[in-house]
Amino acid sequence: MKPILMIDFGSTNTKVTAVDLEQEKLLGTAASYTTVQTDVNEGLNNALALLSEKIGTLEYEHRYACSSAAGGLRMISCGLVPELTAEAARQASLGAGAKVMKVYSYQLTEDDAEEIEQLSPDIFLLTGGTDGGNRDSIIENARILATIPKDFPIVVAGNRTAARTCEKILTEAGKQVRVCENVMPKFNQLNIQPAQNEIRQVFLERIIKAKGLSQASQLISGIMMPTPAAVLAAMELLSKGTEKQSGLGELVAVDVGGATTDIYSMTDGLPDRLNTVMKGLPEPFAKRTVEGDIGMRYSAGGIVEAAGIAAVCQLSGLSEERVNQLMELIITHTDTMPTTEELVKLDFALASLAVKTGVSRHAGTLEKVYTPIGEAFMQTGKDLSRVNKIIITGGSLIHAGNVDRIAACGLYDMTEPASLRPQRAEILVDKQYILSAMGLLSQYEPDIALKIMKKELESYGIAE
Amino acid sequence: MSEKKKLVIGVIGADVHAVGIQILNHAFEEAGFEVTNLGVMVSQEEYIAAAVETAADAIMVSSLYGHGELDCRGLREKCDEAGLKNILLYVGGNIVVGKQPFNEVEERFKRMGFNRVFGPGTSPEETIKALKEDLNIK
Repeated sequence: MKPILMIDFGSTNTKVTAVDLEQEKLLGTAASYTTVQTDVNEGLNNALALLSEKIGTLEYEHRYACSSAAGGLRMISCGLVPELTAEAARQASLGAGAKVMKVYSYQLTEDDAEEIEQLSPDIFLLTGGTDGGNRDSIIENARILATIPKDFPIVVAGNRTAARTCEKILTEAGKQVRVCENVMPKFNQLNIQPAQNEIRQVFLERIIKAKGLSQASQLISGIMMPTPAAVLAAMELLSKGTEKQSGLGELVAVDVGGATTDIYSMTDGLPDRLNTVMKGLPEPFAKRTVEGDIGMRYSAGGIVEAAGIAAVCQLSGLSEERVNQLMELIITHTDTMPTTEELVKLDFALASLAVKTGVSRHAGTLEKVYTPIGEAFMQTGKDLSRVNKIIITGGSLIHAGNVDRIAACGLYDMTEPASLRPQRAEILVDKQYILSAMGLLSQYEPDIALKIMKKELESYGIAE
Repeated sequence: MSEKKKLVIGVIGADVHAVGIQILNHAFEEAGFEVTNLGVMVSQEEYIAAAVETAADAIMVSSLYGHGELDCRGLREKCDEAGLKNILLYVGGNIVVGKQPFNEVEERFKRMGFNRVFGPGTSPEETIKALKEDLNIK
């Protein structure tokens, strides 16, 4: 036996996952409350004790960890045009596993500076201008950032002809600066990997220490990465496969949490018709979006706002009055578990609508245009209609009843024909809650991680 | 970075004529310009966004389906609004409905704020010559 341990410091729970590299299988998982306020090792040791009860005490050869504790990786990004470099900057931050608190475009104002100071991000991503394009905006924004009396590192990934000037302005103001390639070197060309690498470096060097995770990091042999980045890595591996093993192909993954809903898609999402014109920024193959207003507890109100109270009543079978009462309960007591029949019904409705809203916002849209020479289509975003796998993860979904029906809410809906959601898909549920752990493992042993995911994801059949 | 002059080109409105814009793309690049080609079915906002981000020297609007006049209205004003003061605006193609005297058409588009107006059958060389004149390229 060659056991290794993966640790996920979550905002609520610290999850541990043990894998045997020799037999290439999952040994067990356990979870306990995260104790980031005092010493994170406490929660970790509690989780390990629980794991030992299940599988015995093992000598782990390696321990790898990811974290979304203490608010996760909180970022602000900034670009020039909202649909162009500002959007590219947002994509870069989300793909790096960040929680994007705010995206600014055009010139930052003094009010913005105050707001940034207040939000106090872990990292600021400064972009703007294509290479050789607009220089004034990013330089001006660097000047504004230089005036903010807060010590957050800044990643500069904009017009290369302005990068040095920005670096100088910010360094002279005592900021920690990292410069890398432009997120959009040419018009509509997305280049987010270099910025993501820098974000990851900053995360390793500074954020872990700042979040009180460094005591734990002494026990850990490798990679601390933000949890969403780990999940993204797992999904990309599951989709693409390795040299030795094939992947599952194009897929969508949904993670509904208490406060946010994360959606991942692994596909190019290009149009399949000839008379379709693509609009907007090209989409990354591995895309992550986060709905900050959609969640099962803290953000339950956002679901009702997005989908309407009528939809919640219809799906739950509860009266509007009762829904309102229960909603108040779960929002004020965010640790409420679905212990009564009514709460189970409400949670079912909320989860279904969270999936529907999240996937709708993630998926692209198709608009029919009548031109003088006939009908044409304009596609914005990714076409997910041919994606035939939906992965379900997240504590509030994997243990819910009717999870297949909840997942099916992410599918194409006749009443919203413009939304390019999957038409028909197999539902796979991450019952063991191991995706982030497999994302970590994928950095070292992709073949084993893939094999375990293929085995452990439980199929709930095909929904359409 | 190169000192090349930068152009934003594209076919405006609901127009899907995709071939001519590729020919223009090649011709302009060949002539030493840096070209951002937005392709077909381009809205006014897309020209402006691209011009802002790339710090373009000129926006070149093509239209071949006769509705150019409607599509082009207000582009100059929006450019002013977006801070693209005095950016060069060209328009060319079959820009109006039917056969109208070209001098009248030219007059109308110039009043809309276009610096140069080109009729059907204009060769790329002619446009390049005008660009070089207007952008002081020797």
